[in-house]
Amino acid sequence: MTTWMRDPTAETSPVKRARRAPPKSLEGLTIGLFDIGKTRTPEFLDRVEQRFNEKGLKTRRVGKPTNAKVATPENLQKISSEVDVVLIGLSD
Amino acid sequence: MAERLEAKHKGGTLAARKIEYAETEDPVELAYARGWTDGLPVTPPTDERVIAMLKGTTRRPGDIVGKIPPFLAECTIEKVAINAVMAGCKPEYMPVLLAAIEAALEPVFTLHGVLATTYFSSPIIVVNGPIAKKIGMNSGINVLGQGNRANSTIGRALNLIVLNVGGGRPGEADRSTLGAPSKYTLCFAEDESDPEWEPLSVARGLPRGASAVTLFQGHGPEAFVDQKSRTPEGLTRSFALSLVKMGHDRLTQSARALLVLSPEHYAIYKEGRWDRKRIERALYEATIRPGSELIAGKDGVGEGIPASRANEMVPKFHEDGLMVVRAGGPAGLFSAILPGWLAGRNRQELQLVTKEIKS
Repeated sequence: MTTWMRDPTAETSPVKRARRAPPKSLEGLTIGLFDIGKTRTPEFLDRVEQRFNEKGLKTRRVGKPTNAKVATPENLQKISSEVDVVLIGLSD
Repeated sequence: MAERLEAKHKGGTLAARKIEYAETEDPVELAYARGWTDGLPVTPPTDERVIAMLKGTTRRPGDIVGKIPPFLAECTIEKVAINAVMAGCKPEYMPVLLAAIEAALEPVFTLHGVLATTYFSSPIIVVNGPIAKKIGMNSGINVLGQGNRANSTIGRALNLIVLNVGGGRPGEADRSTLGAPSKYTLCFAEDESDPEWEPLSVARGLPRGASAVTLFQGHGPEAFVDQKSRTPEGLTRSFALSLVKMGHDRLTQSARALLVLSPEHYAIYKEGRWDRKRIERALYEATIRPGSELIAGKDGVGEGIPASRANEMVPKFHEDGLMVVRAGGPAGLFSAILPGWLAGRNRQELQLVTKEIKS
């Protein structure tokens, strides 16, 4: 079931919250490689990291301890303070 | 239940767009995610609540109150009601809030500038007249603090309207260097328990018995302590010692100030038969100092007035720059200074605004 509340703004922005615009370039940014906790993620991210580093881009490994639970706010706050963008994906 | 039925039938008459969310989502968190809050939680503006809020005014939901800076978006009564719900207002606060918005939108209040300034200021609302008691406003103990619903939420609603309807966000149009807790809300009622005292609204031209809001561009409070003066003359000189330090000892004729005079300090003036006019005039005169003491560069301090004014007697305030409001709890020889916005140096362009509260 959906419910609603009324918009308190001047309604100049879209109903859906806008996504943040992606950066024009990754140059100079720190890319967080997010380990979602699935098996063999490290091997996959090792390769991705190698490719980024070959292009001269800075990377940092981040993640959450287990795929069974969502990342905690502390976890996300720590990551957002350490990196500029995050690469994350679902896998199975 | 009655509200729910009414919302079901009248909900269709509301014009603001619906923001839908799933039953599993928390609307309070949704409001945060959309940037609709001042950092504190808001009450979700459901149809039931907005319709109930609109009953607090006789004005039609589609009527325009004015254009809210910084983006000058038209603000309807309905948008006021939505933000009032979010701030935690009761419907009976609506007339006060509407008068406050109208006062804030008077050109001489310069709401855009108050929002955009790097200084500490935001709108401070003083309420006079019978409506203050009617809606349960506080003019006594902890008057400038937390705890009273009307005091807390009316001021907050005005600031939420600037945020949500006007689009005035900290770090964007709001450029305040440090901000102030008073930017969340600072709204209180004057203590009118002494019939001999001329209320602020009366001093500003409204008849006694009329309900009114007076808006002031300021922040605070700053503490004033004098537990030993016992004469009006001594207390005035004592106030002056603190008032001249407002902002900086050598800043003159820039900001206005509201002096919140506590009951125990007021009792000293009352015993000496001093009324509002006499107190305000005496404070103005007591804060005039020799220019030679205020010269920029004196004692190695860069701040100050030009050396060319060394032989003048320089007032701290403009003649209309200091106003007294009576409020506070019965015990404590403390009063409070609410310093005004530095842009008050443009005396004609920037003024307090008083509006009668109607409906």
